[in-house]
Amino acid sequence: MTQISMTVNGKAVSADVEDRTLLVSFIREHLGLTGTHVGCETSQCGACTVHVDGQAMKSCSMLAVMAQGAEITTIEGLAPSADTLHPVQEAFREHHGLQCGFCTPGMIMSAADMIRRYEGKLDEKTIREQLEGNLCRCTGYHNIVKAIEAAAETMAQSGETQTASA
Amino acid sequence: MTHVVHRPHPHDSGPLHVTGTAPYVDDLPTPANALHACFGLAPVGHATIDTLDLSAVWAAPGVVDVVTAADIPGENNAGPVIHDEPLLADGTILFPGQALFCVFAETRLAARKAARLFTLESTELPALTTVDEAVEAHSFLHGPLVFERGDVSKAIEDADYSSSSRLYIGGQEHFYLEGQGSLALPSADGLHIISSTQHPSEIQDLVAEALNISAAEVTVEVRRMGGAFGGKETQAAPLSIIAALGANRTGRAVRFRLDRDDDFVLTGKRHDFRADIRVGFDASGLIKGVDGILASRCGYGHDLSRAINDRAMFHADNAYFYPALELTSLRAKTHTVSNTAFRGFGGPQGMMLAERLVDKVAAAVHRDPLDVRLANLYNETDRSVTPYGMTIEDNVLPQLMPQLAETSDYRARRAAIIDANASAGRSPVRRGIALTPVRFGISFTTSFLNQAGALINIYKDGSILLNHGGTEMGQGLFVKVAQVAAEVLGVGLDDVKISSTRTDKVPNTSATAASSGSDLNGWAAKLAALELRNRLTAFWCAEQGIDGGLTFAQGRVSTEDGQSWPFAEVVRAAYMGRVSLSATGYYRTPKIDWDAKTGQGRPFLYFAYGAAVSEVEIDTLTGANRVIRADILHDVGRSLNPDIDHGQIEGGFVQGMGWLTMEELVYSARGDVLTHAPSTYKIPCASDRPDVLNIDLFDNANAEDTIFKSKAVGEPPLMLAISVHSALAHAVSSFSPRGRWPDLDAPATAEEILRTIATERTQAL
Repeated sequence: MTQISMTVNGKAVSADVEDRTLLVSFIREHLGLTGTHVGCETSQCGACTVHVDGQAMKSCSMLAVMAQGAEITTIEGLAPSADTLHPVQEAFREHHGLQCGFCTPGMIMSAADMIRRYEGKLDEKTIREQLEGNLCRCTGYHNIVKAIEAAAETMAQSGETQTASA
Repeated sequence: MTHVVHRPHPHDSGPLHVTGTAPYVDDLPTPANALHACFGLAPVGHATIDTLDLSAVWAAPGVVDVVTAADIPGENNAGPVIHDEPLLADGTILFPGQALFCVFAETRLAARKAARLFTLESTELPALTTVDEAVEAHSFLHGPLVFERGDVSKAIEDADYSSSSRLYIGGQEHFYLEGQGSLALPSADGLHIISSTQHPSEIQDLVAEALNISAAEVTVEVRRMGGAFGGKETQAAPLSIIAALGANRTGRAVRFRLDRDDDFVLTGKRHDFRADIRVGFDASGLIKGVDGILASRCGYGHDLSRAINDRAMFHADNAYFYPALELTSLRAKTHTVSNTAFRGFGGPQGMMLAERLVDKVAAAVHRDPLDVRLANLYNETDRSVTPYGMTIEDNVLPQLMPQLAETSDYRARRAAIIDANASAGRSPVRRGIALTPVRFGISFTTSFLNQAGALINIYKDGSILLNHGGTEMGQGLFVKVAQVAAEVLGVGLDDVKISSTRTDKVPNTSATAASSGSDLNGWAAKLAALELRNRLTAFWCAEQGIDGGLTFAQGRVSTEDGQSWPFAEVVRAAYMGRVSLSATGYYRTPKIDWDAKTGQGRPFLYFAYGAAVSEVEIDTLTGANRVIRADILHDVGRSLNPDIDHGQIEGGFVQGMGWLTMEELVYSARGDVLTHAPSTYKIPCASDRPDVLNIDLFDNANAEDTIFKSKAVGEPPLMLAISVHSALAHAVSSFSPRGRWPDLDAPATAEEILRTIATERTQAL
């Protein structure tokens, strides 16, 4: 067991975990933040994507101890406040970029990071390539891409592209 | 005029999905002492179990209980129709990876580690794994189904031309993003099971049978699934039965989420098929007779294979009239995982036969395949009776297909592609294009399943709670049915509260499957809402001395002469006036009548139609391929919700594209699924979607009395992707001698495309 401390969604957390504990297990089981989903368990599907120090990361591909001291943002912490959605969340809802919703949190976390990296300058082709690490089985991706395009535009206009997480 | 239906409304769970607050089974809080389950999987294929030593499993840290077949108090079965699928292996291992036992432990990790610690001594038995092997060995689950009309041999012999070919059509893994999961909660009143399932009532029955308790003691609930696609119709049951067993034995809650690799190995897939096709036709490409054999790999048990293969037969004509025919369906029994429902339910494989034979005919008579397709369509006069004796009354393809050809500029693009391929020279790039139709029968072909129930409660404050037997797997069923209830009661969509599907609210439901969710549950909800509206009308008219009727719209109850009251005011008055504000609705599909014994009847209430034009590009050096553009025109009747329907069409098309181009299941010689993770089994990703994808709805009210004249939309769009496969064959055919259509199998992976190009080059020499 190792004691770890990190900031998750703006709150300091610490816990004793087995060294082998995956970050996703820590987030879901220790912290009870179940919006981060486990899809494939082998870092293929992207449903478990979170932000680690501002960068998108598949949380099944790193150990909780590796996040020692890091700033973690999960889907639950992306929105700036309880009654305001993050522009990417708003765009996914608005543009029907979801069906079963299981991949949605990971998609949104990847999208927010993508918009930050490209400073909001994203075309459809780039979005599609950048999204290859996030699988969706329901939608066929059209509305997901549309949602990201819309969010990128909104965020570029309001100058919100500097940080992926609010 | 309608206010709530026929309008776009976003998915009801959207706000929860985007904030990560929509719980799936594995997200639910569980009691602190909950146990975790894990199956021990057979490391061998078909074999007898000589000894199974579980002492090390029992001794592993955290293990609380271990069960084998002998510990099941009732029936050791997870099979839905025929009880031939043991929950846990008993004496014989029927396929590689079969569950031998189940461990219940304090943590998921402890259960998974313990499940590996068994010692098995077994004696290997001969295994049949492929369709070819099973057909050769005459290994079938049950007798063949045959459709016959006229003298097909004579029709083909007398025809100007004939063609024979064989087509292999691969299976498909569902890859629902949320794997199978279940949670069993014991209580003094019985078992409460929360499952990610399309069929809660069936799980209720199977749990009761396995535990030797009554169905009334088991409640199964599902709020939402993270995708299902048919893969949670029957395949969710084993987890729930075993979790229930563990909960019953230990008195503790049991959580069970399958590891993704185990999910691939343990659960059934789309049936792979072998289609043998012989067709006779005249010089114009008019079909005279079709002799077809559809053989499928069913796996070790029945599951739903009978109905799936029946549906393959119902669609082996797709949109075309076969004057003389003999169609035979062989249901191969193999020592592999038992294959199951997958969006389209055999229909897509049947249609592949039809579309391949039409392409063969068109190539042979040197015509544009579209013209041969149009020439062979069903009409409404002398060419309107299907091989199973149903007369088609609602065919819109003669209008729909030319409309799509026009809007997609199909003719000019095809001419340009043929020119470009002919002058490609040393360039490795070839293109292809195809327009294929879909005619998909709507209704469960097992007729008794075509029934549904709904429950609506209106509370004293005017708020409305809606419940029905349909399940939400992302397809937007809940919002559609809520639209129906809101429309009938004349309130806003937000005034109807959606609730989880529960067997203790609406009993004896059918699976949410066969695209029937909104057709069946929408009507049941409408009938419940009408009952309540009628009660309110009768009461209020008497109360107010109103002659004539009332209208319910936009939250108000109004008379013809302009008097109007808020809905909630009328409701409260009705409660005070002792009017029941709770009603059930029950619907059963009319007109259907199918006799499986004679192979004749009307299995479907109506058909859903559509067509797609796909243009593809292949790299002839690598076999790499992609869809450049697809244009879709699809008939959803009067759409209940155009946004939701668009999503179904697009998602279905891309899923079908994956099935036919990149999703390849590879089995070992003894039947192990070797492609058991997304690392080796590729589903379409964002960049695989066509560069251009135009989707339009075909304006066409359903000819039948369906819910607000809409049509089912879940499965039909998947088959639009057959146009992609046909277009790939067209691209490959640029290497074929004139008059020949290549035998491109499915999936048309890069390897398959290269193999076929090599064959065609040899043919051309």
